[in-house]
Amino acid sequence: CPFPQAIVWDEYLTGPFGLIAQYSLLKEHEVEKMFTLKPGRLPQADVKNVIFFVRPKLELMDIITDNVLREDRGRSPQRDFHILFVPRRSLLCEQWLKEQGVLGSFIHREQYSLDLIPFDGDLLSMESESAFKECYLESDQTSLYHAAKGLMTLQALYGTIPQIFGKGECARHVANMMIRMKREFPGSQNSIFPVFDTLLLLDRNVDLLTPLATQLTYEGLIDEIYGIQNTYVKLPPEKFAPKKQGEGGKDLPTEPKKLQLNSAEELYAEIRDKNFNAVGSVLSKKAKIISAAFEERHHAKTVGEIKQFVSQLPHMQAARSSLANHTSIAELIKDITTSEDFFDNLTVEQEFMSGIDTDKVNNYIEDCIAQKHPLIKILRLVCLQSVCNNGLKQKVLDHYKREILQTYGYEHILTLNNLEKAGLLKPQTSGRNNYPTIRKTLRLWMDDVNEQNPNDISYVYSGYAPLSVRLAQLLARPGWRSIEEVLKMLPGPHFEERQQLPTGLQKKRQHGENRVTLVFFLGGVTYAEIAALRFLSQMEDGGTEYVIATTKLINGTSWIKSLMEKLEPAPF
Amino acid sequence: MSRARADEEEYWHSSKFRAFTFDDEDDELSQLKESKRAVNSLRDIVDDDDDDDLERVSWSGEPVGSISWSIKETASSSTSLLEGRDSSLQKGSSSYAAFPKQVSSYSLSSLFKGEVPHTQYGQMACLSLSALSDTGVKNYAPELRRPKAEYKDYSSDWSPKDTVRRMQRGKVCTLERFRSLQDKLVLLDEAVAGHDGNVITAVLIFLKRTLRREILFRELEVRQVALCHLIHFLKETDEQKLLLDLLRLCCFSLSLQLSQYREHLNIQDVEKRREFLKGCIGLPFSAEDTSHIQDHYTLLERQIIIEANDRHLETAGQSEIFRKYPRKASILNMPLVTTLFYSCFYHYTEAEGMFSSPTNLKKTFKIPDKQYVLTALAARAKLRAWYDVDALFTTKNWLGYTKKKAPIGFHRVVEILQRNNAPVQVLQEYVRLVEDVETKLNLATKYKCHDVVIETYRDLKDRIQLTAYKCKVERGSAEEEKINSILNNVVRN
Repeated sequence: CPFPQAIVWDEYLTGPFGLIAQYSLLKEHEVEKMFTLKPGRLPQADVKNVIFFVRPKLELMDIITDNVLREDRGRSPQRDFHILFVPRRSLLCEQWLKEQGVLGSFIHREQYSLDLIPFDGDLLSMESESAFKECYLESDQTSLYHAAKGLMTLQALYGTIPQIFGKGECARHVANMMIRMKREFPGSQNSIFPVFDTLLLLDRNVDLLTPLATQLTYEGLIDEIYGIQNTYVKLPPEKFAPKKQGEGGKDLPTEPKKLQLNSAEELYAEIRDKNFNAVGSVLSKKAKIISAAFEERHHAKTVGEIKQFVSQLPHMQAARSSLANHTSIAELIKDITTSEDFFDNLTVEQEFMSGIDTDKVNNYIEDCIAQKHPLIKILRLVCLQSVCNNGLKQKVLDHYKREILQTYGYEHILTLNNLEKAGLLKPQTSGRNNYPTIRKTLRLWMDDVNEQNPNDISYVYSGYAPLSVRLAQLLARPGWRSIEEVLKMLPGPHFEERQQLPTGLQKKRQHGENRVTLVFFLGGVTYAEIAALRFLSQMEDGGTEYVIATTKLINGTSWIKSLMEKLEPAPF
Repeated sequence: MSRARADEEEYWHSSKFRAFTFDDEDDELSQLKESKRAVNSLRDIVDDDDDDDLERVSWSGEPVGSISWSIKETASSSTSLLEGRDSSLQKGSSSYAAFPKQVSSYSLSSLFKGEVPHTQYGQMACLSLSALSDTGVKNYAPELRRPKAEYKDYSSDWSPKDTVRRMQRGKVCTLERFRSLQDKLVLLDEAVAGHDGNVITAVLIFLKRTLRREILFRELEVRQVALCHLIHFLKETDEQKLLLDLLRLCCFSLSLQLSQYREHLNIQDVEKRREFLKGCIGLPFSAEDTSHIQDHYTLLERQIIIEANDRHLETAGQSEIFRKYPRKASILNMPLVTTLFYSCFYHYTEAEGMFSSPTNLKKTFKIPDKQYVLTALAARAKLRAWYDVDALFTTKNWLGYTKKKAPIGFHRVVEILQRNNAPVQVLQEYVRLVEDVETKLNLATKYKCHDVVIETYRDLKDRIQLTAYKCKVERGSAEEEKINSILNNVVRN
């Protein structure tokens, strides 16, 4: 091959790219080598082209500069450098490279607009980690611009979405940008029959509460405990040791076990969105079915029967290994959910969400600080209390702040300030706590929750119904007009826009046909919220199906982390 | 989405590596060089100052999507608006010599286009593709749009709005045309209205270069979004001086003070860091924050003194405690509670006058009792200094009676002691002090404080539990004896 290439990856991008192109595919296209981006000299590789796949970040530009400057100019043949920015070229980065004197080394500088990445049949994410921080702390709405662009692309594929609803400042911006983009390209009217009936744009800051609470669905808990990255999860290997006789404990695997989690796996599709307390019974039922199926071999008498049995074997084997995996994961999670600390933590969360003792210093939080539990855990709880009390009393807030700074270091004043700016942690100003009104009107707290056979979305948090999803639910039926008062209490404007469709494309709804709503979470969405929306999609009399898009899949920990000030100096 | 995936694959196969094969495009390439030469000569005749625009004219005749078109895109893209004229020329030509196409990343984005692009499409640089996706139409052929858009290219008077729109699509624009302050500000406002940070930053860089600082700052004061972008930009590029000037001149909101305070994290040298923090105290923070920052400064000041002293002690090898428990790390820049722990560990008995004594720290930083006791307890338990632990909870009233009291609750004391492997004798002393009977029993059972369990059952007169507990103690041990004697006792009663 005349022009073999090597790709140097920004490590963050490998995950999302893995979802759309496997290495084998790249290899077919003459990609000989892949490296991760790190300072120092680029590894040897007999290639003509070296392509950097990077996010437009200055610290990455520094690493690239280092790579390029250390390249052995004397070697032949010379390698050519190219740079591919994802999702956008950045003038800033290019100027930076120029100042370092290496801009000229790149023959091509391009961008690859990867706006929305498919994560599952009903889930798209931009995987833009810092979107929330940029929008709310830095007033940088570039990620909203990308969201709008992604939505335009989506409409080009799936038809113009006739109705747009939204709540929140960012939602308003995105809708405006979409309308503007449409106006600026009047020729863009396409002739595709619309798949989506409604687009619902929701700001994360309309519902700051939900991500702070611990998710209690199976998938949510996996994410809370182990962190799901681009549909993959890494698990401690002990429980996955192959059980072979005579080898017990001899060589336990030390590498973490990596599993892909998506709905392509039948069993996972069934249990991912269940409350964790309902997962055990499903697993044991499945185990019985599978062992019964294997038992059938004893009853197979005729050749025909045996043949049939054998033909089912691969499917059964797959089902068995899937079951084994999930049983192990469930065991791992159970170890944690049954621990005293998990229980205490959950109790406090649920007290706050149901409105108990949100206005005074909480003992458990104090204890956790004294025992130096991870700072993020503390921040999640304190923020949760603040949100559930519409801000903390100045005295309570000051007390928490002091304890946190004294125990974890004064420099965290920066993080606390970020949280205040994002509205997660704040002093109570207007005097009145409106959370109880919001809670009651939107029925955010349900006392009688059925975890096994849920009849309401509150099952995903064992009592708390995610506010964001409630808004989506109420929009579908009976409409937002019924909750005007509460909508006014939540931050940002709410609005409705219509995009005119040519008459030929207007939908004539068949009786009993579901409406399809695309819910776009600006600033991130949790797995529990996704589960709640899927639950609504499946309701028999629901009448609405949901597809979910977001800037990033988050959980409370990853979210708070994205808002924390990075305290270590840059590694380079 | 699986449909799109299949399409993607199809694309990869169908147009396998066109981008890097030139066999059939050779002619166009040479054509290209020719026309380039032609253009360059043209420039001599026509051009006076705006070579960017000229370059564009010459290429507009090329068929859209042909390889030359993509080269043009690339060439002009390397002529970034920020580069000087000469270098742009040079670079432009250098990229012609090289082969014209990067890896066809387009196929990946086709995922969302949901169709196999025509081959001519596939040749286009991603840049133009992103422009396409702007239009939001998948089969919107660039031929339709191009002529109009490109005509505008040569007329060098795009409105600020058009300029911003073009930049959003990744096209090259010269901003130098905007000479008057008025024009520049309109441009900035347009960029802000577009919400595209990339463009906003580009415009800001231009303004920063061409406007007097005072004027720029003054105008940014009323443009908060742009201001935030500039601050972010300066932070990223580490232009600390300009940043601080900006903060000083512009609005004094809290976050801006903090961003100055944040700077201390980049200072490695502790002395310098201390000096810097001292400077921060004077900044107009809120009262609460000021006291925290004051504390931060004082703490670092203390740590520097303690560190110097202790390092000396440690190397001299005179002090027993340092010999027995060599320090694992320096105390510099540690949190206050960690510092307190350290001082309880190494300097527990020092008089209050010493900077390194725990009581001094407690006073200076107004550490609450609870926090202090917890920390001291953990430190002394680690050293197995049970006498100190005992003293921590002993209070004498004015009559001279002693009483055990713990601001944190004795169950917590027990937990901490247990974590530090305290012997059962020590442990049970504190288990006994737990007030709540149930908690006491739980703890005693958990940590095998047999005596306490037995006594509690005795006090509760719970024969059944006591009998049951017999199997938990060792055969023939003193504990078993004790249970038996109690059980017998009760019988005799």
